[in-house]
Amino acid sequence: MWAAVIFLALLHAVIVFAGFIAPYDPVGQNRDLPFVPPTRLHFIDAQGFFHIRPFIYQSTARPQSLYEYEESGVRAYPIQLFVRGPEYKIAGLFSSRIHLFSVEGPAQIFLAGSDNYGRDQFSRILYGGRISLGAGLLATAISLALGLLLGTFSGFYGRWVDESVMRTAELFLVLPWLYLLLAVRAFLPLHISPIQTFCLLVVVIGSVGWARPARLVRGIVLTAKTRKYVVASRGFGASDQHILRRHVLPHTYGVLLTQAALLVPQYVIAEVTLSFLGLGLSEPLPSWGNLLANLQQYNVLVSYWWMFAPALVLVVFSLGYLAVADRILKQLQSITV
Amino acid sequence: MRRLAWLAALVVAFGPNSHSVVSPQSPQPGEELQITDNEVGHYGGSLVVAQPTEPKTLNPVTAVDVRSREVIGRMMADLIHINRDSQKTEPSLAKSWTASLDGRVFTLRLRRGLRFSDGQPFNADDVVFSFQVYLDEKIHSPQRDLLIVGGKPIGVQKIDSYTVRFTLPQPYAAAERLFDSLAMMPRHLLEKAYREDRFTQLWNINTSPVEIAGMGPFRLKQDVPGQRIVLERNPYFWKVDTKKNRLPYLDELVFLVVGNEDAQVIRFQAGDTDIMSRVNAENYALLSRDAQNRGYELFDLGPSLEYNFFLFNLNDLKGASASKIGPKSAWFADLRFRQAVSFAIDREAIVKLVYAGRAVPLWGNVSPSNKLWMDQSLPHPARSLDHARALLKSADFSWRSDGRLLDRQGRAVEFSVVSSSSNNQRTKMATIIQDDLSKLGMDVHVVPLEFRALLDRVFQTFDYEAAVMGLGGGDADPNPEMNVWLSSGSTHLWHLGETKPATDWEAQIDQLMQKQMIELNYDRRKRLYDQVQEIIASKVPFVFLATPNILAGAKKNLANFKPAILEPTTLWNVEELYFRQGSGASAGAKR
Repeated sequence: MWAAVIFLALLHAVIVFAGFIAPYDPVGQNRDLPFVPPTRLHFIDAQGFFHIRPFIYQSTARPQSLYEYEESGVRAYPIQLFVRGPEYKIAGLFSSRIHLFSVEGPAQIFLAGSDNYGRDQFSRILYGGRISLGAGLLATAISLALGLLLGTFSGFYGRWVDESVMRTAELFLVLPWLYLLLAVRAFLPLHISPIQTFCLLVVVIGSVGWARPARLVRGIVLTAKTRKYVVASRGFGASDQHILRRHVLPHTYGVLLTQAALLVPQYVIAEVTLSFLGLGLSEPLPSWGNLLANLQQYNVLVSYWWMFAPALVLVVFSLGYLAVADRILKQLQSITV
Repeated sequence: MRRLAWLAALVVAFGPNSHSVVSPQSPQPGEELQITDNEVGHYGGSLVVAQPTEPKTLNPVTAVDVRSREVIGRMMADLIHINRDSQKTEPSLAKSWTASLDGRVFTLRLRRGLRFSDGQPFNADDVVFSFQVYLDEKIHSPQRDLLIVGGKPIGVQKIDSYTVRFTLPQPYAAAERLFDSLAMMPRHLLEKAYREDRFTQLWNINTSPVEIAGMGPFRLKQDVPGQRIVLERNPYFWKVDTKKNRLPYLDELVFLVVGNEDAQVIRFQAGDTDIMSRVNAENYALLSRDAQNRGYELFDLGPSLEYNFFLFNLNDLKGASASKIGPKSAWFADLRFRQAVSFAIDREAIVKLVYAGRAVPLWGNVSPSNKLWMDQSLPHPARSLDHARALLKSADFSWRSDGRLLDRQGRAVEFSVVSSSSNNQRTKMATIIQDDLSKLGMDVHVVPLEFRALLDRVFQTFDYEAAVMGLGGGDADPNPEMNVWLSSGSTHLWHLGETKPATDWEAQIDQLMQKQMIELNYDRRKRLYDQVQEIIASKVPFVFLATPNILAGAKKNLANFKPAILEPTTLWNVEELYFRQGSGASAGAKR
C-alpha cells in the first residue's frame, strides 16, 4: 500500500516540478536531430577508467543515412547538476532558470530519445503529464463533487428528487461518452486557446462521469439515514444539514476515495484518447495523448521504439492508481466487516 | 483436351467468381493496331493494386475524384495521348492528326477496324457522341472547362467514318494535349440514356459489367463493393507488341480497397499487392530496409509536379468571418508581411523533417522537374530571420518586451493555420512553420481539420486565416494551371470570386496567362510564363514550401514497369506489364 502511495506521490511531484527536472524546453526543436534514440549514460571512458559522475557522448547523424546516429566518442560531456537553462515556471507561480541536470552544448541529453522535430521526449513527457494528469485530477474532482451532491440529495430526500436524479444518472451511464466528446469538440470554433481547450476537456470529461459515484453515494446515504443514531438525532431535533454533515456523509468518504483512485487513471486515459484523436490540445504543446499520436504512423511504430515511452509511463501510472484503489477497497471492507 | 474444354465451360458457367480467363483475339486483317516497342512478355497473371477508397462512379464524364479516374482510365482510351514517360503527345485512337497553320483546325484520322471491349465497332460517330456529352452543359462534366476555349466550345464535325475535325474558336497553345484522358465512349450503349436525360446515373458502381464497354486495355469483370474491383483483359484492345501479341499481357487487374497508406505498406510488405503507386518518404525508408528479402524494388523518380504552399486568406470577407478575421486581413494584405513570412520559413528543414530528404525546396509554382517550363532565373533567397524582421519593421510592426510581435495598433500578431488532418505531411509542415514564425514573435496555432471541412472553409465560407495546401500534378503544361492564376479562376485560392483583378499584379498575370494560352511558339510562350512565375514569386500570394519526390514500389518480377511523374504514375502503361516467370510467382497469380 505505502509503496504505491509513495510512488504515486513521487510521480506527481516530478510532474509538478516538470520545469525543474526537464532539461529542455518541451517545444524547442532541434532540426538536425530528429528521432535520436535515448542517450546512453556512460561510467567507463575509452581508457577504461571509471567515473562516478556519468557522462555522455554527443549523438551525430551518420552521413548518408536517414535518422541514424552514432556517438562521437571524441569528447565526454559529464552530466551537470543545477545548471542554468531555458526559463520555466513552477505551478504557474515561481519562475526560474535552474534545471536539475543537463549537459554542456552542443551535446544534448535525450533520456527518452527525440521526436520527429528533434524535441526532447523526456521533457515532453514531463510537461505532457502536467496536462494529462491535471485534466484527470480536475475532472475527477468535478465528477466526485457532482456525484456527492446529487447522490446525497437523491438518497436523503428520496421520492421525486431521487427518481429524477437516478433516471438522469442512468441516461448518463448509457451515453457513449467518446462520441459525445467528439460531438462537443466538433461544435466548437476553429481555434480556441490552449487554456480554453484544457478547461473544456476537463469540464466535459468530468461532467459526463458523475453518474456512477452519485449512485454509490445514494446507496450509502439511503442505508445511513435509517440507522438508529440518525433517527435518534433527528428525534433530538437536529437539522438536515447537521445530520448530513455529522452522521451521513462520513460514510461516503471511503467510497469517494476508491472512486477517485479509479477515476483518475480512467480520466487521464480519456484525455489521452481525445488528444490521440486530435481533439485535445494541439501541437506543439505536449500531452500524453499528443505524444502517443506519433505512433499512429506505421513507420514510427516499427522504427523508433523509444516513441513508446509515453505509453509505458501511462501504464505504470495507471497501475499505481489501481493498486491504491485496490488497497483502499480492502481496507474499507475490513472495517465494515 | 475435350475434358479440359468441358471444365472451362463449367468454370464459365459458375459465374464471375470463378477464375475464367478471357484470351485475347488474334490480330484480324483490316485492324489498324498500334505496335508498341516494349519488352515482349507473355500472357497471364493478375496485378493487384491498393486504393484508399473505392471509385465513386465508373462514368468517365462525371468522375471527379482521383480514385474513380484511376480505375476508369484503365478501361477507357483517348484520341491523342500524352506519353507519361516522355511527356509528349502520341497517337492513340487517332492514328494521326494535322493542324491548320493558324492552329485552330485539327483533323484527326481514327484507326480503322477497332472494337469496343464488348466487340462492337468503334468509329467517328462514337467520337462525336462522346464530345457531345462532354460539352453538354446539363451534365456538368469537369472536362467541359478544358474544352471551352476563349468562352466558346470546341466545334466537332464528322468528315467520314474515320475522320473527325475539331475547330477551336481561337488559337490555343498545345491544343492536342486537350485530348489526353478524354475517354471515348460507346454510342451504342449510352445514346438512349443520354437522350432520356439519364446519362449521369449511368455506369455507377452497381452497373452490370455487360453494360459497360470502353476502348481501354481492361474491362469490368466484377465489383465487390467496399472490397475490390476486378478488371479483366479487353480481348479486342488495339495495341500489339513487336511479336504481334495483342496486349495487355495481364489476365486481370485488381483494385483492392485498403484504407490508408500505412495499411497499404503493410499489405505491400506482405506481398498482397504488387505495386505501391505512391509512398511517402518515411514509408519508403521503411520499405527499403527489407526490399532485398521481400522481393520488391523501389523507385525514386525525383520531384513531382505537385507544389505545397502556405497561403493567407485574402478573400473579401462577409458576415461573421469578417469581424473575426477582418483585423488580421490587413496584415495578410501587406506584401512585406507575406515576404517576411516567406523569409522566415526553413524550407530545408521541411525537406529534411517532413520528407526525409526526398523532396526539393520550392520558391515558385513550377516544380524543378518540369524542365520545359520552370523559370531557371527565379531567385532562391536563403532563410533569413534578420531580413524578415527588417521587412516587418518597415511595415510598422514592433516587438513587445517579451518578444511578441505587435502591429501598428499594438495588437499582438496571432493567427491559426489549418491543414488537412489526413495529410500528415502538411500538418508537419504547419508545425515547422509555427515554430519558425514564433521566432519572429508571431503566435501561430496549427489546426488540423478533416479534409472536407478544410475544403469547405477554403472554397466556400472563407472562415480561416492561413492554410497549408498543395496543388498541381496533372500535366506539365501551363494551361491546366490557368484556373489557379487567373483572377477569375475556380482555384484562385487566396482570393476567390474576383469579378475583376483585385490588384495590378493580378491583372498583369491575367494578361500574361491569356497571352500564353494563344501563343503557339514555345520560346515566346515560355517567356510569358516566366514573367508570370516572377510576378508570383515576388508578390507572394502563396508562400511555396516544397515539392515531394514521387516514390513508388513494385514486385521485382514485374516487367516493363516504368513509373512516371505524371498521373497515373504507375499504371499508365498497364497493358505492357507482365510477370517474369521463375523468381517467385506473383501474389496476383496465387489469388
